[in-house]
Amino acid sequence: MLLQRSAVFYRQKHLLAIEGLEPPAISQLLDLAESYVLLNRSGKTQRDLLRGRTLINLFFEDSTRTRTSFELAGKRLGADVINMSVSTSSVNKGETLIDTAATLNAMHCDLLVVRHDQSGAPNLLAQIVDAAVINAGDGTHEHPTQALLDALTIKRRKGRIAGLIVAICGDIAHSRVARSNIHLLTTMGCQVRVVGPPTLIPAEVADLGVTVFHDMAAGLAGADVVMMLRLQRERMSRGQVPSAREYFRFYGLDMDKLAHAKPDAMVMHPGPMNRGVEIDSAVADDPLRSVIKEQVEMGVAVRMAVLDMLSRGHHRNEP
Amino acid sequence: MNPDTLFSQVRILGAGVDVTGDLLVRDGLIADFGASLGRPDGATVIEAEGAILCPGLVDMRAALGEPGFEYRETIASAAVAAAAGGITTLAALPDTQPAIDDPALVQLLRTRGHETGSLTILPYGAVTRGCRGEELAELGLLREAGAVAFTDGSRAIGPARLMRLALSYARGFGARIVQHPEEPSLAAGGAATESEQATRLGLPGIPAAAEAIMVARDIRLAELTGGAVHFAHVSTGDALVLIRQAKDAGLAVTCDTAPPYFDLNETSIGDFRTYAKLSPPLRKEHDRKAVIAALADGTIDAVASDHQPRDADDKRLPFALASAGGSGLATLLAVTLAHVHNGSLPLPAAIDLLTARPAALLGIETGRIAKGAEADLCLFDPDRIWKVEAGELPGKAQNTPFDGRALEGVVLGTWKRGKRVFG
Repeated sequence: MLLQRSAVFYRQKHLLAIEGLEPPAISQLLDLAESYVLLNRSGKTQRDLLRGRTLINLFFEDSTRTRTSFELAGKRLGADVINMSVSTSSVNKGETLIDTAATLNAMHCDLLVVRHDQSGAPNLLAQIVDAAVINAGDGTHEHPTQALLDALTIKRRKGRIAGLIVAICGDIAHSRVARSNIHLLTTMGCQVRVVGPPTLIPAEVADLGVTVFHDMAAGLAGADVVMMLRLQRERMSRGQVPSAREYFRFYGLDMDKLAHAKPDAMVMHPGPMNRGVEIDSAVADDPLRSVIKEQVEMGVAVRMAVLDMLSRGHHRNEP
Repeated sequence: MNPDTLFSQVRILGAGVDVTGDLLVRDGLIADFGASLGRPDGATVIEAEGAILCPGLVDMRAALGEPGFEYRETIASAAVAAAAGGITTLAALPDTQPAIDDPALVQLLRTRGHETGSLTILPYGAVTRGCRGEELAELGLLREAGAVAFTDGSRAIGPARLMRLALSYARGFGARIVQHPEEPSLAAGGAATESEQATRLGLPGIPAAAEAIMVARDIRLAELTGGAVHFAHVSTGDALVLIRQAKDAGLAVTCDTAPPYFDLNETSIGDFRTYAKLSPPLRKEHDRKAVIAALADGTIDAVASDHQPRDADDKRLPFALASAGGSGLATLLAVTLAHVHNGSLPLPAAIDLLTARPAALLGIETGRIAKGAEADLCLFDPDRIWKVEAGELPGKAQNTPFDGRALEGVVLGTWKRGKRVFG
């Protein structure tokens, strides 16, 4: 898709967070992504766009899904893609981060996709490297491309984003997916609810413009979109949730709880799912309700759009 | 023998004294002061119109890198920074490597301070061996060697029974227990004050209540034991309410705060700025205002630098992994003066918070303007503007949370026992 320079609304060098993005920039990224959905489905490629550019997938945390999605996006646009997995089990993670950044910078990479278990790690890298940095998930901070792919999935299924009621359910406190989605969906005019036990709702989250529920029936009532989050086993061992079966009883999405949402409500999950913990297989596998597979397809298109946009060099020069 | 020094026509301020005139230093002591003194032959005359002469600052809470963390700060580099900040007496925290839990180490620090020629170091003794929070250190022997009070530094004394023992036992030696008031199990793993901002940044939070809970407990324990407790770097309004009540009830409860807690709030963290990562964390604006109010009404007994030197490697990390602490020696006076300039504090009260009141808490004679007192003095221009710049500060530790801040108030000179050590 061709865009006139004057008509480009995304003017940042990096993509570190959804917070702070304006609606026109988000809309434009989604439109661009939609054009890549059509391109991908047609079986064509656009391998000249990023020809000669280097994309490095720098993953300090394991993630087959996101890394593969970025890899495919980069390759479909013709970039040279290199995957680097850095073990976080080394004693001094921070030293690895700075040292790795310096090394990568010397290699003149153009696009650096980073996943790290620490909030703000991509912000720190962006200060050090010359490449455009794309946050592929940092700690419990943000996961911007996940929110963009979720928005694209919603837009294609519902025909719009503004005005929808979206319930984000589960471990909000430890979810970067939840934070990016809260920022994106409130910015784009959704009514956003967060639903979960009080121990998994972060402090003062209502100030981000969401309504807090602790009861699934109330939280899902009339919802257009139900977005489930992964519950990590660690929450049980740390006592934030007594047991998996208790969690499933009160917060796991099954057909009974889903019945409180609108009849055509769509069910989303960023994956990987814990079946029987936060979501029942009957819901996850229901082709009429679940869009979980479509989310994966949108992921590639959204990442192509982001790589495309950032490689255009339309960002304002940093002071 | 040093020649006499005469400060001519300056505002002399400190502990009840406030006159514009002359002050004469002879043989390391304040020989005389008053509206107008004659000029003795051979005296060095210091003329600084509009300047203020006050006692050398008494900083009751600072970490030196020595022993064990010399890459962050040494006693020599801290002494340079202290002199540039007008500080002539400094109480040094004991959570070093090794911890100051042995009488020989107390003596070593005192001697090393003396060797600087510019800074009196008053060592705190460790409350527990190795500051590990398990068994009491030899408080009596440490006291005898010159430990000024007892604390485990940046670590809270966690178990209630241990704190009870410490308060009770230290009472027998007439010494205070200085507590880092933070309930450890609520603060564990936290990186910022629990708030909307911490939620947005995805940082693990420390609730403000972690401070008030520890303060409430220790006030009860002070009451139970008759011991004296001092709460360091108090940062929340809720804790200050409890301390105010305890003081009104006549309990032996005192506290200090540090400039970041009345000058900055959590928004200084901005986009993961690790120089603004402190312990306790920077709080919300309403807490900052409560700290200012408690300075003004006298609830807070002293302003300390809470100097915590860190180097670039300690700070160039993702926020939650970065080491907490800010450098504070060079900015102690000027940041406090900022709140004189904005009308929050009267100047004499501000000076007392930096001199006479911490000196009284530490049980020392300095920090006052009096005939016959040691001539530890600080001369400053209250109106001259400068900009804090990390990288340009005196001493080794450049990790200032005030980086980029414009401040009014420049130290023109510092004198230790009558000898000029800065300016």
